[in-house]
Amino acid sequence: MISLTITDVFFFASLIVVYLAYIGKSISGPLPAEVLGLGLVGVNTVALLASSATVVVALRALRKNKQTQFLTWLLITVLLGTWFLVGTGIEWYGLIVDKNLSLQTNLFGSTFYTLVGFHAFHVTFGVSVLFFIWLCSVLGWVQNKHHQNIEYVSWYWHFVDTVWIAVFLVVYVIGK
Amino acid sequence: MLGASLAVASPQNLNMFNPVSPAATPIRDLFFLVFGVIGLIFLITEGALILSIFKFRSTGKETKEPPQMYGSNPIELAWTVVPVLIVFVLFLVTTRSIYSLDMQEPPEGALRVKATGHQWWWEFEYEDLGITTAGELHVPKGVPVFVELRSADVIHSFWVPRLAGKIDCIPNRENHMWFQADEIGTWYGQCAEFCGTQHAKMLIRVISEDKKDFDSWATNQLLPAVEVPTPMNGKDTFLSLACVNCHTVQGVTHQGGFGPDLTHLMSRDTIASGAAENTPENLTKWLLNPNSIKDGCLMPNMMLTEKQVASLVEFLTTLK
Amino acid sequence: MTTAPYNPLSSKLHDWVTTVDHKKLGVMYIVSGLFYLIVAGCEALMMRWQLAIPDNSVLSPDTFNAFFTMHGTTMIFLVGMPILLGAANYFIPLMIGARDMAFPRLNAFGFWLFFFGALLLYFSFLGGQGLSGEPGAPDVGWFAYAPLTSTTFSPGSATDYWIISLFVAGMGSIMTAVNLVTTILTMRCEGMTLMKMPIFAWMMLVDALLILIALPTLTAIQIMLLLDRQFGAHFFDAQAGADPMIWQHLFWFFGHPEVYILILPGFAFVSEVTPVFSRKVLFGYSLMVAATVSIGFIALGVWAHHMFATGLSPAVLSYFAGATFIIGVPTGMKIFNWIATMWGGHIRFETPMLFATGFISMFVIGGLTGIMLAIVPMDWQLSDTYFVVGHFHFVLFGGLLFAIFSGFFYWFPKVTGKLLNETMGKWQFWLLFVGFLLTFGPMHMSGFEGMPRRIYTYMPGRGLELWNMLASIGALVQVFGFSLFVINVIWSLRNGKLAGDDPWDAWTLEWSTTSPPPPWNYAELPSIRSRRPLWDEKHPEDPDWLYE
Repeated sequence: MISLTITDVFFFASLIVVYLAYIGKSISGPLPAEVLGLGLVGVNTVALLASSATVVVALRALRKNKQTQFLTWLLITVLLGTWFLVGTGIEWYGLIVDKNLSLQTNLFGSTFYTLVGFHAFHVTFGVSVLFFIWLCSVLGWVQNKHHQNIEYVSWYWHFVDTVWIAVFLVVYVIGK
Repeated sequence: MLGASLAVASPQNLNMFNPVSPAATPIRDLFFLVFGVIGLIFLITEGALILSIFKFRSTGKETKEPPQMYGSNPIELAWTVVPVLIVFVLFLVTTRSIYSLDMQEPPEGALRVKATGHQWWWEFEYEDLGITTAGELHVPKGVPVFVELRSADVIHSFWVPRLAGKIDCIPNRENHMWFQADEIGTWYGQCAEFCGTQHAKMLIRVISEDKKDFDSWATNQLLPAVEVPTPMNGKDTFLSLACVNCHTVQGVTHQGGFGPDLTHLMSRDTIASGAAENTPENLTKWLLNPNSIKDGCLMPNMMLTEKQVASLVEFLTTLK
Repeated sequence: MTTAPYNPLSSKLHDWVTTVDHKKLGVMYIVSGLFYLIVAGCEALMMRWQLAIPDNSVLSPDTFNAFFTMHGTTMIFLVGMPILLGAANYFIPLMIGARDMAFPRLNAFGFWLFFFGALLLYFSFLGGQGLSGEPGAPDVGWFAYAPLTSTTFSPGSATDYWIISLFVAGMGSIMTAVNLVTTILTMRCEGMTLMKMPIFAWMMLVDALLILIALPTLTAIQIMLLLDRQFGAHFFDAQAGADPMIWQHLFWFFGHPEVYILILPGFAFVSEVTPVFSRKVLFGYSLMVAATVSIGFIALGVWAHHMFATGLSPAVLSYFAGATFIIGVPTGMKIFNWIATMWGGHIRFETPMLFATGFISMFVIGGLTGIMLAIVPMDWQLSDTYFVVGHFHFVLFGGLLFAIFSGFFYWFPKVTGKLLNETMGKWQFWLLFVGFLLTFGPMHMSGFEGMPRRIYTYMPGRGLELWNMLASIGALVQVFGFSLFVINVIWSLRNGKLAGDDPWDAWTLEWSTTSPPPPWNYAELPSIRSRRPLWDEKHPEDPDWLYE
């Protein structure tokens, strides 16, 4: 998992470097300061970061074999992650329809959707796996020997959240 | 220098060891220093290798293994420290060379030229003089030439080895280089960054001449096309076909920018950016089918009749 | 044991296709790699035919451009990577005393990704469209600089084939790298601390880490290029304000470590062969490890030495020149260590050692021409010329390929149980050695004479005829060398002498198993005390662990 994380770090690093390089270089079209609001994204961010905390709680419950607590907190994690995705979807809908910003519009559009999009893709993958684990647990298929692997999945989840902090800073703070 | 001597024997000499410009001579001199250092390292290392091959070859009769040497701190330290010192010296030499060859602004009295790379030909504009030409760059001898490098499409690279090193022409980027031809002559080069199908035939000629000759060339370039009536009315043919969409001829048509300026086509030694000698035969061949000289080039085959071609060649040969 | 009637061939095929055994996967990787070596070699042969004389018309410009693109892409991604990662796959578990890699199923998945990615790349010859819209393979150079690769200048689908096939195959490499790192760090047998594992394992560890760090950058820019080409994005669109330098910086951030990813396993092979055939322990193991790790680090910081002619500022140029020089120091240390290993030994020159010695001598030259290129003003003349082509073929052919042959002749007996024919091996070495020098030596001269790279033809009268003719003749000599190799492999598989467990009297764990090893590698996991467990067994009066 650490190896995979290392490799993913450099993938996102490349995307972030390109994003940074192209800040302010768009010749035309909507600019970040014009279209990026902090409101909705702020809420999404809180949700995602909270989900890192909830997954930690879930794991602690798992280690103490408190099945119900584990299931509850894991479900909350999944829901928070899903909230993040839905919120991102709403934000994008607004950007594309109202503000006319798409991948093809300009440099900002290209880099924004690619960087945020790949992050969202990673979140989707994480949410799916976490949900799958939850489902398997509800069905009683998860045993003690799987606990270590569930912990690895939570590491992936923390990684995705950390990347979001970086993306958020680069896109919504520095880039504006 | 086997290479150097062989090169001098060739009609078109691009050998970097025959520089004629203060932008290229220091590079050749640098080479001798570097080659000395590297040659020494080569001799010592390969020498040790060859010596060990011969001295320690197995005879097949040994009964026990040789003494095992696990390492030696002093030896290993030595062959770490010495290379670091050598590398440090090379670094200083390189840095000094980079800065001494660097020229960010054109010096006083320099000739300024803008070279734009196109797929697959070179456009040269002398903005101070108001001249636009293609393929061949005329410069006065002994005068520094400051070349701004641009690209109209993909990445190209401007390289005339005997005058200077190469610098790329990158779209959206303002690069520049400089040279000074200290002798009279023709200096050859070509595009040095893969730019597509005909990268191989995107050639450059730099012609350095006496100030007098340069001035008369420049004056001639400024004149609009000479109006010489030709029996087959080539000029009318030219104007009636699609040629004018891509080619400009000062005083006749000014719409075309995609292809080279043809106003003084006959003042050039070659056509198609060096791909062929500038002769009526080659002009005919080119117009009948450009792909016969430069397969895949961006000038479409205009499917002209032989009569149209003859008429056009007549016209073009008047563009002195 | 009686069995019901069944077709042995289909059962064997099923066995290979569904295997997760690191040894079978290793063999599949290596066989695929050798196949593509022949393919890419044929592409090179066609190019040399075209370039033998000036103004030749054997290949059209677009076909030639497709050939050099495919030759480079194939050699790096479909020959180098699979052979080296295949060897790592086969030997790491054996050398560290494990029964398989950490993630056998991931291993298999990675192989098949590579397999199909490679097929996709070659399918482009049939299905793709090149620069002028004609049918053909990618023809934008293996480094695919923007904006030549945009749909404006490369309208056909060839470039898309390049992107997608390498993306798929690259995923396979990343998976192998994850597997290698995990296996080496967690599955070493008892007593094998990091400083007691074979030097091969250290080099593969650093190699795998470099893959994890560098390959994602290529993935990222390939995705960006695909988005540009197919979905209207503007990452490399000059008209939208994009900077073509971004492609170059990111590509070479991947590209330079990639060449170290390629050569480190070569170093690994030679570091195992040289001691055994000199009958001496590897000189300076600790410093070899330190040198390998520092090469890994420094390799990440030198990428712009591929961009010296792009108009970077003098300060930036100086930094990258300096960093490139520095990497010469640990590399030089390794060369000295190998020579010191040979010094004072009883050197046996069977084929593995011939190739290993050939490697050292040619790699020294390649490394030195590399130092020449790092001298920025020299690079301004020599960059993008045949001098560079000469340089990297010295390190990749005279260097890496010779190391690969060295390893191949060394370990073939372990994998197959049969020795390769020595006479044919020696002939192959000398033919390749001469052919190689004849082809790539003169290229340095062409570079001095002003011949750029990636040109389908050159003008007569520029002093280039002699060097190009020599290079093409050298290619013909190499044909004999390579043919002999193929004949040797086929002949030896049938008629080769039985090798036994330890034909070379070697010292690392893989030589303690049968040849070939049983599927489970070790019935009982070994326990070791030094870097050369078999030396300790053979010399109980003078074991290594007294001195390490």
